[in-house]
Amino acid sequence: MNNSVLTIMKKELARFFGDKKVVFSTILLPGLMIFILYSFMGSAITSQYTVEEDYKAGCYIKNLPDDDTLQMMLNENFSFHTVSSDEEIKQAKKKLQQKETDLCVVFPENFMENIAEVFPVTSNALPPEVQIFYNSSETASETAYQTMSGILNEFEGILSNRFDINKSDGVAYDLAKKEDMVGSIFSSMLPMLLLIFLFSGTLAVTPESIAGEKERGTIATLLVTPVKRSHIAIGKILALSIIALLSGASSTVGTILSLPKLMAGAGELDGAVYSVTDYLLLALVILSTVLVLVTALSLISAYAKSIKEAQTFATPLMILLMLVGITAMFGTGAKEELYYYCIPAYNSVQSMVRIFQFDVTTNTILVTVASNIVVTFAGMFVLTKMFQSERIIG
Amino acid sequence: MKELIQVKNLSKTFSLSAKQQKIEGTREKRKTAVKGLSFTAYEGEIFGLLGPNGAGKTTTLRMLATLIRPDSGDAIIDGSSVLSDAEEVRKKIAFLTTDLKLEGFFTPNYLFDFFSELYHVPKETIKERKEMLFRTFGIDKFAEVKVANLSTGMKQKVSLSISLVHWPNVIIFDEPTNGLDVLTAKVVTDFLLELKNQGKTVIVSTHIFSLIEKVCDRVGVIINGEMAVCDSLKQVQAGMALEDRFFEIYKESVGDTDE
Ligand SMILES: Nc1ncnc2c1ncn2[C@@H]1O[C@H](COP(=O)(O)OP(=O)(O)OP(=O)(O)O)[C@@H](O)[C@H]1O
Ligand SMILES: [Mg+2]
Repeated sequence: MNNSVLTIMKKELARFFGDKKVVFSTILLPGLMIFILYSFMGSAITSQYTVEEDYKAGCYIKNLPDDDTLQMMLNENFSFHTVSSDEEIKQAKKKLQQKETDLCVVFPENFMENIAEVFPVTSNALPPEVQIFYNSSETASETAYQTMSGILNEFEGILSNRFDINKSDGVAYDLAKKEDMVGSIFSSMLPMLLLIFLFSGTLAVTPESIAGEKERGTIATLLVTPVKRSHIAIGKILALSIIALLSGASSTVGTILSLPKLMAGAGELDGAVYSVTDYLLLALVILSTVLVLVTALSLISAYAKSIKEAQTFATPLMILLMLVGITAMFGTGAKEELYYYCIPAYNSVQSMVRIFQFDVTTNTILVTVASNIVVTFAGMFVLTKMFQSERIIG
Repeated sequence: MKELIQVKNLSKTFSLSAKQQKIEGTREKRKTAVKGLSFTAYEGEIFGLLGPNGAGKTTTLRMLATLIRPDSGDAIIDGSSVLSDAEEVRKKIAFLTTDLKLEGFFTPNYLFDFFSELYHVPKETIKERKEMLFRTFGIDKFAEVKVANLSTGMKQKVSLSISLVHWPNVIIFDEPTNGLDVLTAKVVTDFLLELKNQGKTVIVSTHIFSLIEKVCDRVGVIINGEMAVCDSLKQVQAGMALEDRFFEIYKESVGDTDE
């Protein structure tokens, strides 16, 4: 690579990495914050909708049948009190309403004797009825209700065993692939998140490096040297891309590590379902996206008179990128037509959707990367012209 | 003597923003800072541009340094045109003005190396030259202090030495002693004479008469963007102190115009 480009890059990187506070806040902090935030949100959501595992629901039971199997099954899941009077049941229901207990079950008297008789569906006589009282506004009670119905159904099955459902071990009855779930969640969320992370990484360094140098009058010092304006443009864009990439990588790692916790309710989420090739292609798409973002923000920063102005000008771009990112959540999968992959940012989102849905095609990736590189070169050319213009720099 | 710098009919007009109009106290949308300015500097001499505030000195020198383009006219510096050969010109000159700042985050030592690399100065030469320049200006004591933490005078010394990393033949300094105390100013004026002794061609702009009297061989007096007088220091002075002579010239040329 050209000597001057390298010298410019080295200086940009030295400027960035020489400042420990800036390194911490742009590279380490985003990943850490996202990890902590998502993990926290994940466990908050989980604890709201699930009951602790070793929790045994409280339960009042009247006329508990004298059957060992049933009692064993109940013992496993409930800590229950047996009661004998209607008055006690009344009290139990009150407790249930006040969420002080989880369940209240009333068996008919002489339950075991009565169920010995078989009641065909066609007969008019009704079989004995078990009543389960519960409180659906309390998760624990709702869960206890489900468990109790399950146990009683199972018990009914044991009593008159005509057939079983899904009983044999070692057979995979659920044919949904793990990949499908991971694919649909990753492909709807990650493209937008990645786009935003990369953009914020870029926004943290680019205005400072270009508008900041203009504002402080240090770029003019560079411009009286014989260095080609194009080399300044290339050197800056490459160095800023490296930093933005690191910042984006940190956020991405934070997200991927915490996503399983965030989505705990949805089952197992594991990034390991993707192959090395998938990750390499993703890296390629991200790399070319960063170049486009850095170039766009460089142009904005060169046009702006100060860092603040550059950041203000960048806000509409941020909103636009979010909207483009959101398109990944709707619609039916990625677009097929190749020309969609020529539109910067949109092509990145579409390519990422394809990668996460195990649907990569060489053409779409090629077109995406190629058009991003073309856009970057065009941007570098414009930036060079801007560095030559005295209205911008003078 | 070789005509190393030929300035031919340079003109520059700025368009003023509303804010600038207020500062200038004018309703004109455009301001002609330099009007058809011509002069020649010979090899190995120190040429002084003398003029009051706003005369157009900095604008002229910025055009010579290729930071801004003249609207008309041209300047040939050691055979290269500022219009058609800007990059070549930049290789041949050193340029110093207060608008060119150094990044406060870095140390003088780092910046010296950085700019030397941009001029492709060989490694051993960088070291030697840095030692020489840092010693001359007493920068060695604060070579490892971030520029942001230096005083105005220290910064000026660092800027000065860094502008010379490539040791060019043409040196263009805009108000080199501005903001310096008498001791440091003397170091700078002595250094200008030393550069001349080494055969360098120097252009300095200033409104300080004593600086011109001490170092310049020839001087051009700029008033309102036009060259009022341009000759050897002796001829311009005409036996008077430069300061007194300047007021005469000023009266003559302002009287000349419509006021
Ligand atoms: N970028 C610019 N935009 C508009 N007007 C400008 C610009 N640069 C200079 N001028 C105007 O041109 C005129 C000449 O300015 P210049 O800086 O060349 O003067 P100078 O001789 O260097 O003055 P000083 O001694 O104060 O440094 C001034 O009226 C100034 O306001
Ligand atoms: Mg000036």
